[in-house]
Amino acid sequence: MTDTLTIERLSVRYDTDKGPLEALRDVSMNVPAGQIVGVVGESGCGKSTLISALLHLLPENGRVSHGAIRLEGDNIVGAPPRRLRDLRGRDMSVVFQDPMTSLNPVLSIGRQMRDIQYRDGGSRTEKDRRSAEMLGRVGLPDPDGKLSFYPHELSGGMRQRVAIAMAAMMQPKLLIADEPTTALDATLEVQIIELLQELQRELGCTILFISHHLGVIAELCERVVVMYAGETVEEGPVADVFLNPAHPYTRKLIECDPGRLKQRAETLPAIAGSLPDLTDRPKGCIFRDRCDFATDACADRPDRYFVDDTHWAACHHTDEVRK
Amino acid sequence: MLHYTLQRAALAVAIVFVAISALYMVMITLPGDPTSVLLGPRATPEIRAEFRAQMGLDDPVLMQLAQFWGRVLSGDLGTDYYRDRPVADAVMGALPHTVALVVGAIVWSATLGILLGAFSADNRNTWLDRVSGVLSVGFIAAPSFVVALYALLFFAVTLGWFPTIGAGEPGDLGSRLYHLALPSFAIGLAWVGYVARIVRASMLEALGENYIRTARAFGLPRRKVIYSYALRVAILPAVQVLGVGIGGMLSSAVFAEIVFSRPGIGSLIYDSVSGRNYPLVMGAMLVAIGFFVTCALVADLINAALDPRHRKLS
Repeated sequence: MTDTLTIERLSVRYDTDKGPLEALRDVSMNVPAGQIVGVVGESGCGKSTLISALLHLLPENGRVSHGAIRLEGDNIVGAPPRRLRDLRGRDMSVVFQDPMTSLNPVLSIGRQMRDIQYRDGGSRTEKDRRSAEMLGRVGLPDPDGKLSFYPHELSGGMRQRVAIAMAAMMQPKLLIADEPTTALDATLEVQIIELLQELQRELGCTILFISHHLGVIAELCERVVVMYAGETVEEGPVADVFLNPAHPYTRKLIECDPGRLKQRAETLPAIAGSLPDLTDRPKGCIFRDRCDFATDACADRPDRYFVDDTHWAACHHTDEVRK
Repeated sequence: MLHYTLQRAALAVAIVFVAISALYMVMITLPGDPTSVLLGPRATPEIRAEFRAQMGLDDPVLMQLAQFWGRVLSGDLGTDYYRDRPVADAVMGALPHTVALVVGAIVWSATLGILLGAFSADNRNTWLDRVSGVLSVGFIAAPSFVVALYALLFFAVTLGWFPTIGAGEPGDLGSRLYHLALPSFAIGLAWVGYVARIVRASMLEALGENYIRTARAFGLPRRKVIYSYALRVAILPAVQVLGVGIGGMLSSAVFAEIVFSRPGIGSLIYDSVSGRNYPLVMGAMLVAIGFFVTCALVADLINAALDPRHRKLS
């Protein structure tokens, strides 16, 4: 089966006042068709840059400096703007993090949903009918009436349903969900996740699910990619990676999950140290300074080490970590 | 929307009432009165006193105010002291000229300002943006009466492209617009600058918003994203500022009407204040403030129509 999305050694560079900053370095991952793949990592690890790079919506000072992004085998890095615009919304669509600000406040839901169907023929009525059908599908009550609503008249959970409806409406090959539940409370989070699972089953689309929430990833995804400071450090089936991590960072991350706390503690567990300064990046392994397993070998940047066919980690000491 | 409109309209009426009442009190308590102008310097104190009594100028201020409002509400703005004509006639004769002048200025300056601002934001930090910035600030810095004088000298006297004075032939729309061009250019120029600056700033803010990223992520054409999705939000502050800015434009209109010898509320107020022609001053002010408040109201309603979030009044 072909992969919907393959990212090969993707590097993204920002030109800043302090000089060039490599926000992503040699990021690699495979997103098989029809699966939900999670990307996990703490704030500032490059998740948002990754999405911007996928959509070619990097800020003016950013660019892909190296690597390939293959959508069903075709490399889209450096494709002409016209082709990129065709990809957006049709082959790839996104549900953004904050439903309060990701919809235009002065246009009605119906108008916004109609506008994104600009590629399709059909009358206004037909487009509105499709929009309403999609809104009903994501579980919005009275979908026909909702078309005349403005975003501020809907709750956060409903707005996120609208955003999901918009993203799913064009039946994209790849649906990117950028922390779609972070701005919502816990009950809504569960509902949105169930909705995504349902859509994935019904539409059979491939979902790239970005989150910093390990529990959600474990619940929803089949595969997971772990990112740290702009690099992919581990990738594999969710159960494998979470139960038997092969990278020290993944292991620490799981140890620090508050969901695992069995008894009261004064402070929440945390990984000692802080993210490296990317404008003055240390040589060798990016996690070296915070790692318990670090040795002299770590002065060389580790390549991908395959634990088995589907599970790899970028670490020289994978075997010790898994013991 | 109806509820909002009614609420805003009630507020507008209250503003007119308070503003006119305050103005009336200030005018009555100012030194000098119509007797000195009307009866001349050689009138005896007895004649003056008799005249004052006849005009009701000896009554307590509040009573005069009450009588004034009583008359206004019954549709009578009083009589011009000097020419013995109804104030309403004088004011209504002048009003259309001023409305045409101010509305003309708003229309051309807002259109140009919005386009210039959007264009600047779209080409931010390029030389085009800088040129537009320098022009905008230059427009803002030039006082309207100076612009009026130089426009008159250059376009009317030197080049002879436009007429110098007057408001054109009655009933001839072409001639009216031809005479309107220079004065509305003079009082609108600064507003091109204001509007361009405001729209550029709010446009840049809007372009950084998440919903713009959403629109781009769905592959909407760039032109549509900028000139439809972002501009729609970006012109809101400009509309608001224009609505309130009518006051400033009305005072510019006073100068423009004097410089171009146009009939209008501005020149009417100017003449009647220097003559202490109380009924005419109040009549003209009432209409001018009414016009100002109406414009602010229209701006609010336009804003509400463009921005659904503003339709609910807190």
